[in-house]
Amino acid sequence: MTSASAIATSRSRRASRPPLSAGQRAAQRRKAFTGWMFIAPFGVVFLLFLVAPLLYAFGLSLFTKGLATGTQFAWFANYAAAFTDPSFLRGVVFVVTFSLVLIPIQMFLSLAIALVLDAVTTRFARFSRLVIFLPYAIPAVIGAIMWGFLYSPTFGPLGQVFGLFGGHAPFLLDGDHVFGGLINVVTWQWAGYYMIIIYAALQGIDPTIYEAAKIDGAGPLQVAFRIKVPLVTNALLLILVFALIGTLQFFTEPAVLRPVSNGGITADFTPNLYSYTTAFSYAQFNYASAISFALGIVVFVCVYVFLFITRKRGSFLS
Amino acid sequence: MKKKALIAAFSAVAIAMALAACSSGGSGGGSSVAKNCTNKIVVKSAPVVTVWAWYPNMAKVVDNFNNGHKDVQVCWTNVGQGGDEYNKFQTAVAANKGAPDVVMLEADHLANYQIQGALVDISKYGANSVKKNFSEGAWKDVSVGTAVYAAPIDGGPMAMIYRKDIFDKYGITPPTTWAEYQEDAKKVKAAGGPLFGDLGSNVPAVMMALQIQKGATPFTYDPTKPKNVGVSLDDSASKDVLDYWGGLVKDGLVGTQDQFTADYISGVVGGKYATYISAAWAPGYLSGAGVGKGADRGLFASAPLPQWDPSNPVSVNWGGSAFAVTTQATDKKLSTEVATGLYADPASLEDGWKNQVIFPLNQGVLKSDAFINAQVEFFNGQTVNKDIYIPAENAYKGFTYSPFQVYYYAQLQAELAKVNGGKETGSEAATAVQTSVVAYAKKQGFTVTG
Repeated sequence: MTSASAIATSRSRRASRPPLSAGQRAAQRRKAFTGWMFIAPFGVVFLLFLVAPLLYAFGLSLFTKGLATGTQFAWFANYAAAFTDPSFLRGVVFVVTFSLVLIPIQMFLSLAIALVLDAVTTRFARFSRLVIFLPYAIPAVIGAIMWGFLYSPTFGPLGQVFGLFGGHAPFLLDGDHVFGGLINVVTWQWAGYYMIIIYAALQGIDPTIYEAAKIDGAGPLQVAFRIKVPLVTNALLLILVFALIGTLQFFTEPAVLRPVSNGGITADFTPNLYSYTTAFSYAQFNYASAISFALGIVVFVCVYVFLFITRKRGSFLS
Repeated sequence: MKKKALIAAFSAVAIAMALAACSSGGSGGGSSVAKNCTNKIVVKSAPVVTVWAWYPNMAKVVDNFNNGHKDVQVCWTNVGQGGDEYNKFQTAVAANKGAPDVVMLEADHLANYQIQGALVDISKYGANSVKKNFSEGAWKDVSVGTAVYAAPIDGGPMAMIYRKDIFDKYGITPPTTWAEYQEDAKKVKAAGGPLFGDLGSNVPAVMMALQIQKGATPFTYDPTKPKNVGVSLDDSASKDVLDYWGGLVKDGLVGTQDQFTADYISGVVGGKYATYISAAWAPGYLSGAGVGKGADRGLFASAPLPQWDPSNPVSVNWGGSAFAVTTQATDKKLSTEVATGLYADPASLEDGWKNQVIFPLNQGVLKSDAFINAQVEFFNGQTVNKDIYIPAENAYKGFTYSPFQVYYYAQLQAELAKVNGGKETGSEAATAVQTSVVAYAKKQGFTVTG
């Protein structure tokens, strides 16, 4: 008992109903104290760098500040303004559409690669696994700058490729192509990471199940789709939630590529970028805080709806 | 048991201490000035004034100042050109902390910060002693009534930089009107030549200047009545100019590449654009990026900006900057001394204009024989100061800017990108900018008039 961990302590407390002596109660308080102390390092960081800034930002979002009017308390006026602001709404529509296109592509790619790598066990497979994962190891900013050069009409390879056929390469960051251009960058960046998650889940499957399937006469494709995929559903749901939250908060790539996009990426391209510009270019910190919280509400609703729809199929978060 | 609790408590305390160390380290950096200077401090004992600026020859300018002053030293940082610096300065203003003592601002951004109370009236600290060095117009651009919010350094009289080799090849002479400019563009294109110019969406200030050239008055604003602003961004002159450039884009006569980017510079070097509608300081930035130094050496020339009505020429301006003292400055008197003395010594000014990174506003330079008759290397020995830029500067009447110029530029930039993408016409762009800027001004509490 003396070496029991904090978790065991709380569990045993629930189990032991009979009245306790004074000494036992003191011992339990000590144990509770020990538990809190273990949480404290995380707790301090959590309160200081997450809860406090959130409260501060929420406080900011309840005021309005005009260049000519000064600061006034305005309750939820900023939120009313945000949800009727065409710039914000356009950004939300963009990130939602972007998610709807991007996530299926990413999921399909990463699942397909993981299944292939799981089935093949040569040295080439190990090498491919590393190479496909590599983009995730490159910082997002560096990756975006690199793609900026690859897309460049002057320096990029696209111009030369199209030049071979006498055509003009499209500029993948202008107003018409920026959607596809960014899908490509983000897929490149993240598909390898998701592949590793799925691959790890595949490695965790008990191989005797495959043997049983083979004895029952299942071919490799049937093993893949009838056994492997259903057994990694939880991993798939996990990366889906990751991808959804990440994409709705899309910021880094558009922010980095904006200066080279010839205006294809505007200051209000995604809600996060709009919030950033509003705060740091237009000095509207109050309104920017409201936009951030409004985006938080959108993300929360989207993720909740998603989890609600998928609640029966997987055990993740249920 | 006890041991574990002790370990846990100890680690919690250790983490808390580490965090405290972080935060105190951070604020310590902010309070003590002059930690991260790009330059060397010559007189270590003298008080230090921090400066943000992005002039390409700033390192020399700062050294000149520090070597010539025993009572004060400058600690200079380049935090970015234009918008990059403004974002950082705006954040520091909002945070009420972190701004430098002296900041380089373009004339079109003064009202933006003055209305936020971020700039000091330096006439109270002796700035008027340098008033005699500048023309009345230049001084007026940095003043509000009797208050003075910055010390002028350089102006940006606009002209047409062009590639002499391309003009010779296609047998054209510099156009004097915008109608001729369009004709020549068609002629060059028909003969299989390069693009005639470029409409970069990221230089909205150029578009504003070209609109003013045709008679537009984008803003009326009197800082003594700071709650009233006139916004007129969709009058016929503004629409005409946007439609004119939109038409050039549509006909494939000019490029749609954002400027100051690697793609644009390489295009300029490679002769992709026959003309560059730009200001007097542009050659310095171009040659700093490698233009006019290799195979394209001596191929550039300059001509006066094309006009709408040649019998009634209008001179316009792009950029040009000044040093302002911020309200966060610890010693405002000393900061004013820096703002008025930095980049004001003959050696710095000469280095600036000889490399064409500034078009000086200092009358001592403007009237000097060396400046007037300079044969500029970038323009293959052409006496551009005498022939083009000095007359343009003398004819420049001054602009009125809005106190939300940053927002206006962002809107104009977004609409220019749409025009470049063939999504809307110039007139539609003008209307869209007017609508969004008026809505923004009202939201900011201004009384908006047409």
